[in-house]
Amino acid sequence: MIEINAQSIAFAILAVLTLGGGLGVVLNRNLFRGAIWLMVSLFGVAGIFVLLSAPFLAAVQVLVYIGAIAILITFAVMLTRSMTNLGERFVRRTAGIVVAVLLFFFILLGTILPVWGVDGTRYDDVSAPAENVATTRELGVALVDGNQFVLPFEVASLLLTAAMIGAIVIAREDEE
Amino acid sequence: MEASFDFWTHLPAVIPELLLTVLAVVVLLLDLYGGKENRRNIAFVSAIGLAAIAVTPLIWGPSEQQVFWGGMVRYDLIAQIFKVMIIIGASITCLMAADDSEVGHKGEFYLIVIVATLGASLIAAAADLIMVFVGLETLSIPLYILAAFRRDDERSSESGMKYFLFGAFSSGVMLYGFSLLYGFTGETNIYTLSQAFPAAVADNPLPLIGALLMLLVGFGFKVSMVPFHFWTPDVYEGAPTPVTAYVSVASKAASFALLVRVLLAVFPVTLVIGQENLQTLWVNLVSVLAIVTMTIGNVLALRQTNIKRLLAYSSIAQAGYVLVGVAAMQSQSDYSVASVAFYLLMYTFTNLGAFAGVLIFSETTGSENIKDMGGLSRRNPWLALGMTIAILSLAGIPPAAGFFGKFYLFTAAVNANMVLLAIIAVLNAIVALYYYLIVIKVMYVDRSQYDSQSIALSRSTLWVIGLTSIAVLLLGTFGAQPFFDWAAQGAQALLAL
Repeated sequence: MIEINAQSIAFAILAVLTLGGGLGVVLNRNLFRGAIWLMVSLFGVAGIFVLLSAPFLAAVQVLVYIGAIAILITFAVMLTRSMTNLGERFVRRTAGIVVAVLLFFFILLGTILPVWGVDGTRYDDVSAPAENVATTRELGVALVDGNQFVLPFEVASLLLTAAMIGAIVIAREDEE
Repeated sequence: MEASFDFWTHLPAVIPELLLTVLAVVVLLLDLYGGKENRRNIAFVSAIGLAAIAVTPLIWGPSEQQVFWGGMVRYDLIAQIFKVMIIIGASITCLMAADDSEVGHKGEFYLIVIVATLGASLIAAAADLIMVFVGLETLSIPLYILAAFRRDDERSSESGMKYFLFGAFSSGVMLYGFSLLYGFTGETNIYTLSQAFPAAVADNPLPLIGALLMLLVGFGFKVSMVPFHFWTPDVYEGAPTPVTAYVSVASKAASFALLVRVLLAVFPVTLVIGQENLQTLWVNLVSVLAIVTMTIGNVLALRQTNIKRLLAYSSIAQAGYVLVGVAAMQSQSDYSVASVAFYLLMYTFTNLGAFAGVLIFSETTGSENIKDMGGLSRRNPWLALGMTIAILSLAGIPPAAGFFGKFYLFTAAVNANMVLLAIIAVLNAIVALYYYLIVIKVMYVDRSQYDSQSIALSRSTLWVIGLTSIAVLLLGTFGAQPFFDWAAQGAQALLAL
């Protein structure tokens, strides 16, 4: 029923990464390790975006979610030291190396797959993707086109502004 | 590739939202440059601005064309009614907040209320899953902030945190429901979803049932339906009183508007998947939830000693009554939808009046206990009268509007051949009489330690209590039929797909 090819194998691995990372976040009592597991899970999602022929979303996933949000979470966790039980040392060095190598492998996979295609043949012209692949131009137009998503897009920006102001109000010291 | 887009034809559908954005910016600038002594005036600017915006949906009403902004919103008569209701609720909330010593002088408070109102007003018209979600979050996230607004108060912080955790979780579950719907059909517009179902799921109703349950979790949280009501008493008690009032009316009205639209549009009566009529399924489900919600709300309310917690449980019970109307939508839907809209309209004024009274009472005495309200009629007869009208309306006693609200809802249930449901609802209303009347008895008959201390009403509170009382009395007498007819027209517009 399920054909075994490069694509399904890649999907299986990515699914395990995503779900395993998610489980790691939930089951780990150490917040810092939870944050690291979160990155693993987000990597898996980025890979799935690649499989879905959405390389732009995959890149955004890596840049924004792993590059910014997960790092921010890590910082926040490290700043609240009492919650993290950082007293325990990380001793399982081999496991760490294996995870690091695996992660590197999947980053590589994520970078190469859009170029080489899932079945191993190289696209002749990388700049002209298959027809069902939305380009970033279409994505951009969709966000500002009145017949598509301009309304939710603008509302989301308002929401973020209000949320930011609210966060400042709740977090800052009263000046009076 | 793009279809032509004429800005001016699409403008009327979002005029209230655009003006709300402008008002939010004005409030922000006033707060920044207005100077400290003028901060209280921001409340009046917001209240008057919102009241003016509430009129705009009436001026630029729905037209022939109903779907706007690429199917994101559907501006029909029912959306118009709910928009007016929500924005008026926000306006009265701002007026009420002027007298709150903890949040009233903070400009950001009004800004966040305005943005929440924008979200609420959008979901009253939302016709696309993406718009629904963005709108719901635009309503919810500001409310989490507002609940935690008194940052030095532990109860307020706790209520904000609880509201946020429950809310984030239920949003997540609801989003799963959305992704099931989208995953099976490839559609996000709620009016085209149901046509895509038969081809998408063939004879297997399971995915749709799953999606339906998950949507009910999300909406159930917003309207504090049992078993998703656990946040309600704590948030109502801990949040600043104007916020509690706002959560109980505007947020609830918008969520019910959305629930009605989604249930009728996504799971219409004609939808039969593999012998399973999905409408029968959700009608049964909502009936059971209605019974559980009103019974649990009323029974738990009997034991409350804190007036805000009492109103919290009462609002759970009221949500149960509205669910009776939602369940009755299977036949004669326009009558049922109209009864739901009318109920929420009168509930907006009723609850705002009740909470305005509570706010003044607790500002003056520092207490929220019901027994400390003893002798309120001697300390300030007008305040006691306003509270009495609001509470009579909650209890459903004429000439207050609550009577007609309940009358229409229960009639809708009887019309839909759900006599048992109507009987249980009436029994519940009788149980509720007990705890509502106790509050009135305490105000007029009992004495308390604060008896000699008179309560002064500021001009803004006088306006709030006066306006809401008049609106409640009007809707309970001459206003009932015209408003109900208006809502019934709106219901027909909702059903004309």
